[in-house]
Amino acid sequence: MQIGRVVGTVVATQKNRKLEGAKLLLVQPITLDDQPKGAALLTIDSVGAGIGEKVLVVIEGKAAGEALGRKAAAVDAAIIGIIDHVEVSE
Amino acid sequence: MQLARVLGEVVATMKDANLTGLKLLVLQPLSASGEAAGRTLVALDSVGAGVGENVFFVRGREAAFPFYPAEPPTDASVVGIVDYWDLG
Repeated sequence: MQIGRVVGTVVATQKNRKLEGAKLLLVQPITLDDQPKGAALLTIDSVGAGIGEKVLVVIEGKAAGEALGRKAAAVDAAIIGIIDHVEVSE
Repeated sequence: MQLARVLGEVVATMKDANLTGLKLLVLQPLSASGEAAGRTLVALDSVGAGVGENVFFVRGREAAFPFYPAEPPTDASVVGIVDYWDLG
C-alpha cells in the first residue's frame, strides 16, 4: 500500500458498467516526509475521503475490487483508509 | 518476497471494515546487503512484527492469504520476522 494525498476528483459520465456509482479521486503518492513522488493515481474511494486528506491506497486489482464491493470490476487502485497519523521512529 | 525493515506504523480510524483490528506497518525494502532499496510502502502485519525489526513481506493478491478466510484489501503483507541472513 502507498501513502498519498487526495488532490482532485474525477467525473466520467460514460464508463464501464462495473464502475457506475463509484467515486473517483486523484491521489498524489507522497513520501514519509510529505513530498510528492511519482505520477498521480486514479483511485476508487470506499471510505469517504476528501480533497487534501492523507490516505492509504491499495494498488492491486482484487483488493481494489473488494474495497469497491464488486467482483471482477475493472479497477486497480482504491483508497482503503484515511490516515490519522504515521509514527516513524528513525 | 522481499526483505524489509519496519520503520513505523500507520494509524487510520476511518478505514475499510475488513481492516479493523489489523496493524499497518511502514516498511523500507532492503537490498541483500541490508541497505535501504526502493521506496517505502505500507503493509499489513500477520506475524506480530514491530518497529526496528527486519521482516520479509509478500506483494500482490497473495498478500491477503495469511488472513484467510477473511479477505482484507491489501497488496502487501508481512509474513515473517527475520532472525538473520547470510550472504554466501
